[in-house]
Amino acid sequence: MNAPPGVYQGAANVIAALMLLLEFGMLRQALVRDQVRLYAAQSALISVLAVVIAADRNLPELYALAALSAALKVGAVPYVLRRLLGPPAVEEARGVAGSHTLNPASAVLACIVMAAFGFFSFGSLHIQSAEAPAFALSVAGAMVFVAFVLMIIRRDVASQAIGFFSLENAISLASLVLAAELPLLLETAFLFDLLLAVVVFAMLIRAHHARAESLSTADLSRLRG
Amino acid sequence: MLGVILAVLIVPLATGIACFLVPFRVAAPLTVASGVACFGLVLALAPGAARGGTPTYLSYLRADALSCVFLLATGFLYAAVSVYAAGYLRGRTDRYARRFYLGFNVFAWAMLAAPLMSSLALLWIAIEVTTVVSALLVAIETELPGKEGDGAAEASWKYVLIASAGLGLGLLATIFAYYAGAQVLGAHSNLAIAPLIAAGSRLPKTPVELAFLLAVLGYGTKVGLAPVHTWLPDAHSEAPTPVSALLSGALLATSFYAILRFYQVAAAALGSGFPRDTLLAFGVVSLLLASLYVFGQRDVKRLLAYSSIEHMGILAIGVSFGAPAALGGVLLHVMAHAAAKGNAFMGAGVFTVKYRTKRMPAMRDGLRLLPWSGPLFLLSVLALSAFPPFGIFRSEFEIVAGGLGSGSYAAAAVLVILVTVAFFGLVTTVTGVLLRPAPARSVAAETPPAESVPARSEAVARQTARADRTEAAGGTGVERVAGGDGGALATAAPALASQAPAGRALEPGEPSAWMVIPVLAGLAVLVLLGVHPPGELTNLITQAAAQLRGAP
Repeated sequence: MNAPPGVYQGAANVIAALMLLLEFGMLRQALVRDQVRLYAAQSALISVLAVVIAADRNLPELYALAALSAALKVGAVPYVLRRLLGPPAVEEARGVAGSHTLNPASAVLACIVMAAFGFFSFGSLHIQSAEAPAFALSVAGAMVFVAFVLMIIRRDVASQAIGFFSLENAISLASLVLAAELPLLLETAFLFDLLLAVVVFAMLIRAHHARAESLSTADLSRLRG
Repeated sequence: MLGVILAVLIVPLATGIACFLVPFRVAAPLTVASGVACFGLVLALAPGAARGGTPTYLSYLRADALSCVFLLATGFLYAAVSVYAAGYLRGRTDRYARRFYLGFNVFAWAMLAAPLMSSLALLWIAIEVTTVVSALLVAIETELPGKEGDGAAEASWKYVLIASAGLGLGLLATIFAYYAGAQVLGAHSNLAIAPLIAAGSRLPKTPVELAFLLAVLGYGTKVGLAPVHTWLPDAHSEAPTPVSALLSGALLATSFYAILRFYQVAAAALGSGFPRDTLLAFGVVSLLLASLYVFGQRDVKRLLAYSSIEHMGILAIGVSFGAPAALGGVLLHVMAHAAAKGNAFMGAGVFTVKYRTKRMPAMRDGLRLLPWSGPLFLLSVLALSAFPPFGIFRSEFEIVAGGLGSGSYAAAAVLVILVTVAFFGLVTTVTGVLLRPAPARSVAAETPPAESVPARSEAVARQTARADRTEAAGGTGVERVAGGDGGALATAAPALASQAPAGRALEPGEPSAWMVIPVLAGLAVLVLLGVHPPGELTNLITQAAAQLRGAP
């Protein structure tokens, strides 16, 4: 009989499951500002997980990382995105609200399939140790696939950016599970890099809005790849 | 050695910041000085690296033979394109030029920094920085009015989204590599490349396999390997030409360098079978797709972009052969491709300035109208198509010889056939531009010196294309071309003439001498690499190839 999970493993598994649920929530939201709220909540859970790991494994530098991550992903990124979106009425006018290419039921079904694929794919790898709960890692795999669906099925630049940021959250989850003891310098560099990416995404969203007077990607069809 | 490495890391970054603060007339020579200095610095690093050994500096920096091959390619191209940019940007606004030079130098800095990182984590960060900076450089054209601004906005958005998502997978690969390393080297391992390779078969197999696969898929997005290449033709065609040259000649190679580092770790842990098979599959698909797509192109920069995908496919196939000759050929190919593709883009940039369009059906009689750039562009395309005596002929010959020597007969045959197909596609398209005589009426007016800049020229051409659509309804004045990007209307001679002052034809002449000099230098390098590579360079390549085969 398997031993029951310890506090750390249990917390990691619960937080991972909540993060996946929030990602499904993002999928369902018509308004991008609601997606931003869910993204902020998902990011807060990452910081909580970092604190749990820091306490469980006596890694004080992870407290600093949790604080940095919260400041950036719970504070700065949602703030920048909300500024870009404007109030709900403006969001409607900018061609963002309800920009799904699939109806919500189909989108959720597609995501369930992708999430199951990611979950079982990562699970079948049997990458597991006392520090790396297999369930949380599998959920991170599921989140990666759902994040890709999130980027694909919305036709507005803000939602696509949120899809990318939630992909980054999925990778952060995998990173905390597999590589919590990665030197702080490198972890901080990863976060700084995310900050750069956010700035660039914001600048490109502004540039797109300035040209198209909309955040919709419907007009981005001239180039065929 | 440490001083030289630090100088390579400081000079372009400091130059970028300085260029943002000084006027354009100062920024251009400052960037040229930085480019030449960086090339000199990486040349100084090469002899030490060729002797072998991989000392690490300040815990996170190192320059071994493999690093130096990629540094040389990027360093040369940075120097050449910085000279070219001085001519290309003539007449741009000061604001545009400042932003361009800031981004250009920081972009070069990130590409030079990547091979100097001793850790897979820092390598990922450097490559991510190249993405964000180069996306802004592509987006710099969104300032322009009309369709070219729209194209730049679209291309930059697709680029940043697809490449960032790809690099997300690259980050996941890095994390799995850390997990694998931590099982052997301890939890405080900093993802340094040398200890991971040294750990070899002690590394757990599944995480290493997964890390390699994700690295090929993730960094492969940046390399332009099919099927994750879709950002590449758009970004290369919509970026300012100096940026296109750096993207194609240096950035793709730098991203391929990251794959090679994962290849080293995977080959040490798993044996070379799995990584070689993976690269062979991606390489063949990329080469097949690119060699077919070059036939359908009407936009000169898109044509060259597909050629880049072809060459990245050749690199992947070359590594998959695993033989010393093939690996040496791959590393020579990295340098020769940097010079040849940089040359081809710089030549194409001269044509777009002269003809005020990127669409090849509107370009004619190039050999007469561009007495220097026309022949040089032809030679550059021949060099790119592996014509002797240029470097790419030698490198592809070595790759094929290595493939045959290692018993990969089918793959070597596929390589030769697809390269030949691509050769015909490239050469027949480009010779049409150069040799097809101009029609009796002018194709466009010569731009006055103050306006002979790409922004204005291409804007005029695009406005003309819009006017053409209106005329097309009446069936006059335009030629419909089934273009590679969806059969858009191409401007034809009579239509463009409507924008030109009556009776003025294009006169033979070069837009700027600064746009010719670096192409001459590139051809000289290509001949040198093809005919008689310097002994030090041969030693460097031999040492780097040995590293790829598992030497420390």
